[in-house]
Amino acid sequence: MTQSWTFGRVFRLTLLILGALMFLAPYIFMISTAGKDQSDIFSASLSLIPQHFAYMANFTKALTRVSMPNLLLNGVIVCGLILVLQVVVAVPCAYAMAKLKFAAARILMAVVMLGLLVPIHATALPLYVAFDKLALLNSYAVLVAPFSISVFGIFLFLQFFRAMPDDLIHAARLDGMSEAGIVARVIVPNAWPAVTAFAIFSVVAHWNDLFWPLIVVTNQSYATPPLGLLFFRAAEAGDDYGALMAATLIITLPLVIAFLLAQKRFVEGITMTGLKG
Amino acid sequence: MSVFALSDIRKSFAGNAILKGVSLEAEAGEFIALVGPSGCGKSTLLRIVAGLDHADSGEIHIGGREVSQLRAADRNVAMVFQSYALYPHLTAGQNIAVPLAMRKLSSAQRLPFIGPMLPGQRQICADIQRQVAAMAVSLKIDHLLDRKPGQMSGGQRQRVALARAMVRDPSVFLMDEPLSNLDANLRVHARGEIVELHRRAGVPTLYVTHDQSEALSMADRVAVMIGGNLLQIAAPQVIYDDPSHVEVARFIGQPRINLLPTVRDAQGIVQFGTLRLASEGHGGANVTLGIRPEFVQLRAQGQGMLAARVERLEFLGSEVIVFAKLAVIGETVLAKVTPLEARGLIAGQPIDLNLDAARIMLFAEDGQRLPSARVTAAVREIAHV
Repeated sequence: MTQSWTFGRVFRLTLLILGALMFLAPYIFMISTAGKDQSDIFSASLSLIPQHFAYMANFTKALTRVSMPNLLLNGVIVCGLILVLQVVVAVPCAYAMAKLKFAAARILMAVVMLGLLVPIHATALPLYVAFDKLALLNSYAVLVAPFSISVFGIFLFLQFFRAMPDDLIHAARLDGMSEAGIVARVIVPNAWPAVTAFAIFSVVAHWNDLFWPLIVVTNQSYATPPLGLLFFRAAEAGDDYGALMAATLIITLPLVIAFLLAQKRFVEGITMTGLKG
Repeated sequence: MSVFALSDIRKSFAGNAILKGVSLEAEAGEFIALVGPSGCGKSTLLRIVAGLDHADSGEIHIGGREVSQLRAADRNVAMVFQSYALYPHLTAGQNIAVPLAMRKLSSAQRLPFIGPMLPGQRQICADIQRQVAAMAVSLKIDHLLDRKPGQMSGGQRQRVALARAMVRDPSVFLMDEPLSNLDANLRVHARGEIVELHRRAGVPTLYVTHDQSEALSMADRVAVMIGGNLLQIAAPQVIYDDPSHVEVARFIGQPRINLLPTVRDAQGIVQFGTLRLASEGHGGANVTLGIRPEFVQLRAQGQGMLAARVERLEFLGSEVIVFAKLAVIGETVLAKVTPLEARGLIAGQPIDLNLDAARIMLFAEDGQRLPSARVTAAVREIAHV
């Protein structure tokens, strides 16, 4: 399909490109800085293209001064565990609220909505005290446990399951499935768009989360990527912004790639056009 | 003994009585059509029989067993849904195999990876595949087994849904308007197929529909449900010719039956134009006279029982529906006549109508049929005085 270059179209595209540039600018600048040496970074002129390409030096520093594999592995373990637990808890819960009739359904709905309103920052302190008493600080458990129940996940799945036809569940019951069987064999296989969308939200949020790890982890070996970056900056890099940006680039890259790969499904899940007939 | 029986099923939602004591019995191999206007409770009744919903009171017997406390899966009923409700992520073949797998394999044998390693699992799976293939051949869908529901047409999905329901030999077959999502041509064709399948399987079938022509053409017996009550359960011809209630008469028949308000005197004689009818039975003076349009005949002015004026004509090909307004009570009466009889008629023309006295039905104020209005020699004699 070829469209003519009318004034309106050019205007729209220009506006979009400008908007995109504005959002991308920090990231572009980060890529640029990751390739600059010290003198480049602190020069008075602002240039996007490094004068001396120092990518090798900066990336070597980033990879050798901190144990980058350990950080990334921690990130994968924590985000993976959180996601799996969230889905395992939220899917049956959302199914029950969407399709089963029980007395406390309304109250439960109110509780979920309430949960959506309370940010982690409000509950962080009591949680910290509790985990401290349990002697669980500096562990994977403390990084994962507070996020294992996601009210946002319950809410997202709830909306998705409500659109699933009741007859499908009736048919499954007549075919002899238990309620758990229905969730495992009928609901989950048909909820992939929603699960994918939720996975992106969840992984992005917890991969990038600095607040909670900063509170409960002091041991480098349990540091998640952003926390590792903070340690790196405090201990090693100091004002070596080139190496810092290189490390940041390495840490954000997995998410960018994951998003690009799952982009179509992501949009599908958000618009919830998943299941028809 | 009946293989399937409902007794006094009651159900209300938030104080609204949906089912007001429904009782029904089916013999082995019987096809019963449950017909009624939308919102009459017929789908609720079907869901209660299936175990997807619970009645407030009443008993359900399937194969001599009281099942109203059993889970849907333990009742051994199969159901075809209006939307077919095929699993969208499974192929047609897998869809048909689900009810078999759920019954024949233990929960451990159904597990992915571990299941296939357990003893006997392979044998049972091969059995299931054989049964699915045989069912697919008998429904002529064997070429569709690898397709997913999204890749099939409505008619094909409907057959897969039928196959999934039939493959496991249920005690009762429930169908919830399975043809209403098909186009008109396919629907008439599918009617014949379902009747044929039912005859072969011999499983008692409860078929819910709002389409009276489906009910009349397919069923051994038709159960007419209106406002949460089963008003009449009888063979299609009895339902049409001999309705026991005015609502049944009104609901069944196309074009609709003529229902004319009239009164009877202390002796129970109804005088209607030059027509006199004897009636017995309970109820007050106000009665309703019913006659189907095909038993209303046209006569030249001054030569019939009732004076009327033609309002309009509807030409339907093999027949013509004449709408005529009666001079006495101002009601419009429909007459179904051949195009030959209607030739030359124009709107506004005065005309006389004759009612076939043998076919007149009388209904009391509460809607019940008055017994004496049945076709008797006495009625005919009086009518011809």
